[in-house]
Amino acid sequence: MNALIEARNLIKTYNGVAAVNDISFTVSPGEFFGLLGPNGAGKTTTIRMLYGFSPLSQGRLTLFGQNITTHWRAIKNRLGVCQQDNTLDPDLTVEQNLLIYAGYFLIPAAEARDRAAELLDFFALGHRKDAKVMELSGGMARRLILARALVNRPELLILDEPTTGLDPQSRHQVWEKLAALKKRGLTVLLTTHYMEEAASLCDRLMIIDHGRILVEGAPDDLISRHAGRQVIEIDGADVALRAFVAENGIEMDDLGEKVIVYTPEASDLHRVIQEKFCTERCTFRNGTLEDVFLRLTGRELRE
Amino acid sequence: MIDYRVFSLRFLKVWERNLVTYRRIWKVNFITPLLEPLLYILAFGLGFSGMIGDVKYAGLVLDYTRFMAPALIATAVMWNAFFETTYASFVRMYYQKTFDGMLATPLSLEEIILAEIVWSATKAVGAAAIMMTVLGFLGFVAFPSGLMLLPVALLGGLALGAIGMFFTGITPTIDMFNLPIFLFITPMFLFSGTFFPVSNLPVWAQPMALAFPLYHLVEMTRCFALGASDTHPLLSGLYLLLFFLVFGALALRAMRRRLIT
Ligand SMILES: Nc1ncnc2c1ncn2[C@@H]1O[C@H](COP(=O)(O)OP(=O)(O)OP(=O)(O)O)[C@@H](O)[C@H]1O
Ligand SMILES: [Mg+2]
Repeated sequence: MNALIEARNLIKTYNGVAAVNDISFTVSPGEFFGLLGPNGAGKTTTIRMLYGFSPLSQGRLTLFGQNITTHWRAIKNRLGVCQQDNTLDPDLTVEQNLLIYAGYFLIPAAEARDRAAELLDFFALGHRKDAKVMELSGGMARRLILARALVNRPELLILDEPTTGLDPQSRHQVWEKLAALKKRGLTVLLTTHYMEEAASLCDRLMIIDHGRILVEGAPDDLISRHAGRQVIEIDGADVALRAFVAENGIEMDDLGEKVIVYTPEASDLHRVIQEKFCTERCTFRNGTLEDVFLRLTGRELRE
Repeated sequence: MIDYRVFSLRFLKVWERNLVTYRRIWKVNFITPLLEPLLYILAFGLGFSGMIGDVKYAGLVLDYTRFMAPALIATAVMWNAFFETTYASFVRMYYQKTFDGMLATPLSLEEIILAEIVWSATKAVGAAAIMMTVLGFLGFVAFPSGLMLLPVALLGGLALGAIGMFFTGITPTIDMFNLPIFLFITPMFLFSGTFFPVSNLPVWAQPMALAFPLYHLVEMTRCFALGASDTHPLLSGLYLLLFFLVFGALALRAMRRRLIT
């Protein structure tokens, strides 16, 4: 099947500094694709090129087989976009936000009203349709942004941090809705800082940093490749442990007070460490995407 | 150069958005153009004209209130259009991120900006229509020629909306609009033949007044309200059209630089 997004060697520079530096990827129809990376990694910059907001500095980008630079209007007609910032129209009510937005896609008024009603219902906002946007809670506003992005029945949904700043209830509700959309076959590209969100929703994901791709693959594959199945966190690790780990060539992150050891699946080492060194505070758990992320992008603060 | 394909009738949808939001507050906006001419006529007509006497303009001898009344419509057009594309558009662009949201749809930036300018002209026409009616009842506007004030207001609104939008494209913060208002709008407001004929200005200053779009707008409102003007309305109309096209293009360029990164 033809790729829905085909990005080849994307480069975006601001004043000579590359925010996106040679990124290539493809997204197939029906896929749920994640774009992960620390603050300032270049996620939003990539997304802005995808929906035709930012011109590319270099590279080639096609969506639906059409070049974004020349066919931006046809492409944007088929996209739904949730920007990182809240761009809901505060001068309008909840329902008007959907109706007016539908107008930008030249959707006839009667059709727009039907779709608005349907979407407000789907996102449990029907009872607030006459409310002002300012009166909505963060979770409701985010659901409205999602509803607005779907008003043109897009074939590709682009979501820039759709769950940032939401409480766990709202977050789970958004996940539920996204999972339902995925089931209907919608193609989704998502950025997020919640690793469990990416791991559970995405078929495939890419971690980028400093505008470059670090890894790409299915979440489970990335976990077994870069974190290992079994992880032991050892508090107050001593010299003996560190020596043992180094001797056996075991992957480890040394945080000073704490040591995180990544042992391969079904190996003896795991048991040995458990017996020899886990006299006190030891946590055994499975490897996660967060381990992968931190191992690849480092633990230093950004910005 | 601007690619013509960035323009389509889709821009009317942005204009419609502004109309929808305006309908919620129109009652308040109605009052200003309704009462303002009455206040001016009262203040200038009763308080002022006795001190000033008659004004010679375009071969006519007019009492001061008659001379000044048409200019009230012109200045209302200016304020309405200019305020809309400066303060109001800046709020939408910068604080509300309305344009960012629109740019995720098939709208082009050019359509958004054009719609804002056309919307500002629409508001100007609305204000002009109300003032024309009020001043018409008071006998300061001749009909049917006075109906021409509506297309004149549209043209003037486009010209002043365009230059307002240009300032929005280059102004870093909203407080900085004080600068174009002090350096451009205020002198234009005072020296465009609004409150006294341009012929009263020193000879060296008269050509400067001719460059002001408000001067031409005032001339045209006088032409259609009184039946006489110094400048031929066709020339004034052409000047305003040119002003709109030049500053419209400059506004598009400035906004593209500002928003498309
Ligand atoms: N308009 C701009 N002008 C100059 N630099 C920019 C601009 N937009 C982004 N950058 C820079 O590009 C880099 C990537 O920014 P970007 O917003 O893409 O990061 P991000 O991955 O989305 O981060 P976050 O997780 O914080 O949203 C940053 O260093 C940022 O400062
Ligand atoms: Mg971002």
